[in-house]
Amino acid sequence: MNELVVRNLREALTAVSQIVAQALPRVLAMVIIIAVGWLIAWIVEVILRRLLLLARFNRLFESKGVTRALSLAALPSPSEMISRIVFWIVWVSFIMAGVNALGVVALQREVADFVSLLPQFVVAVLIIFIGVLAANFFSRAALLAAVNANSPSPRLVSGFVRFLILLVAIAMALERIGLGYGVVLVAFGFLFGAIMIGLAIAFGLGGRHIARRILERRFAAGNRDRREEKDDEGSHL
Amino acid sequence: MAEESFLSDDFVSQLTAVGEVDILVGLPTLNNRDTVQRVVNAIIVGLVKYYPRERCALINPDGGSKDGTTEAVQAASIPDFRAVLASNPLRTMHVVSAQYPGVRGQNEALRMLFAAADLLGAKACALFSPDLESLTPEWLDAMVRPVLKDGHDFVAPVYQRRRFDGLLVKNVLHPLIRAAYGYQVEEPVGREAAFSGRLAAYFLGDESRREDFPGLGAHVWMTTAAMAGGFRVCQAFLGPRVAASKRSALDLNTTIQEIGGSLFRCMEIQQAYWTSRQGCEQVPTFGFQPVLDLDPLRIDRRRMYQMFRTGVDQLESVLEKILSPATLQAIGEISKAEERHFRFPDDLWAKTIYEFASSYHHSAINRDHLLQALTPLYRGRVSSFILENAGAEAEEVERKLDLLRQDYERLKPYLVEAWNRQT
Repeated sequence: MNELVVRNLREALTAVSQIVAQALPRVLAMVIIIAVGWLIAWIVEVILRRLLLLARFNRLFESKGVTRALSLAALPSPSEMISRIVFWIVWVSFIMAGVNALGVVALQREVADFVSLLPQFVVAVLIIFIGVLAANFFSRAALLAAVNANSPSPRLVSGFVRFLILLVAIAMALERIGLGYGVVLVAFGFLFGAIMIGLAIAFGLGGRHIARRILERRFAAGNRDRREEKDDEGSHL
Repeated sequence: MAEESFLSDDFVSQLTAVGEVDILVGLPTLNNRDTVQRVVNAIIVGLVKYYPRERCALINPDGGSKDGTTEAVQAASIPDFRAVLASNPLRTMHVVSAQYPGVRGQNEALRMLFAAADLLGAKACALFSPDLESLTPEWLDAMVRPVLKDGHDFVAPVYQRRRFDGLLVKNVLHPLIRAAYGYQVEEPVGREAAFSGRLAAYFLGDESRREDFPGLGAHVWMTTAAMAGGFRVCQAFLGPRVAASKRSALDLNTTIQEIGGSLFRCMEIQQAYWTSRQGCEQVPTFGFQPVLDLDPLRIDRRRMYQMFRTGVDQLESVLEKILSPATLQAIGEISKAEERHFRFPDDLWAKTIYEFASSYHHSAINRDHLLQALTPLYRGRVSSFILENAGAEAEEVERKLDLLRQDYERLKPYLVEAWNRQT
């Protein structure tokens, strides 16, 4: 009886040691690949950052207002951002290679799924980023135009433009990564409809006196106002 | 050679038929049929009367008029009025109309004129607006004579203005150009101008000409390029300027964007010149300038003041990217003043313009946005200027403008420092 137990234990130990002996080199290989990958990614990042600084890469974007827009969006400078993105692309590639080296089928499938999602995620981040830039630019343009046109509540107009652009950008980004497509669409539709109905009700009921005054000024006295505006605009050059 | 290839074959063959000329008059047009005939007549009478022995040509670059403007120009050249003149021309007067290519308007028209002046070897060139109602033959002589007889290279006009007319010129363009470039030219954006053949060749070869200056921005470029190029600059008194189309009446914001943007861009192109320029030079003025106190223009000062206040209040987040904290704070304080006590002091205004110029140079924000942000502040300055000078005589207004110019000149080191500051 004792001999049977000992033999079974010995066989089990042998099997475990064989599994460990087979897996250990793979794990070691994975660790080495990830470590070497990190080193290579770091070197690439440092070299790229130096090269971009030497080439005055950031200055290319200063005149376009991109650098300022990035800082407004709490993002680093263009050269820093590109260096970091390249670092992560290189290192994640090595991590994938390392995980593949383990030879575990289930893990390989997960990695494949993740890899397939990664481009969508990057695109979604890009959409948000462009949305923030566009929202800043157009809301400021709306603010300036409203102020110079002597419109009431310029900040409200500007804020509405910003909100609308950001809303569209977020909806597009969520749709890109496949997060609740239907929910996002319905929520967006409801929100937009609610805003419009709210504005219509506020304008038609709550502000009917203001609305009447605005319409009167616009149509009845519009010509006189425009003539007066021209009078005071026509003597500067 | 490149400029010749830019000219159409038809235009070049017309110029070839003209041969060499002494005086070339440029008249860019675009749907000006109603006024152009009178302008052409005045120009031709001026040429016949004052320069009967010189070889003359009238070049009419047209932007594609659909109302028969070019036909009107050609028809006006029929010399049926010569019988009334004491002197008859000894030479043939040529009138050449040609359509200019591209969509850059005034830039392309000027390019054609420079190329034509170069090809025809013109000694003096004059440029007139096709919508001028107050143009007389004497204007042509006043503009051309300093170039042809006195050896000047660039002649800027001086107009007789009504009080509160041309406030953008008086409060921004004139004092800024005077302080930066060191020339006391009263009308740096005059719609009329004259220049020597030498300067036309320089304009033609200057790389900065290729910049896309909007509207009258090309005139700002001509004036500042002549100054920065070291050419002999002078001015000629013309009298009151009355034009059929009130272009500047369309939109103050657009005017500031076109003219202010062009001037800031010119300063950027010519920074090597003006940042090292010292002092201020009085330029010779030709012609008799009577002291007349014409009726002031009607301007809604109250509306200007209200729009200034709204602008300062609403645009704080934009202005803080353009102006220094001290200037922004000072503007914020004056905007709180009661309307009747409101003043936009000269030195604060000069600093404001200088900071806008340097922020434009450093692209602190989008340049169109920056220029739009200047409009409400300019309205404040105008409101203050009118309030201060409401009951003042012309001489008193001129004296106050002199004080403003002195502030601009005194603060020039401030401009240079802000301009050269590393961001």
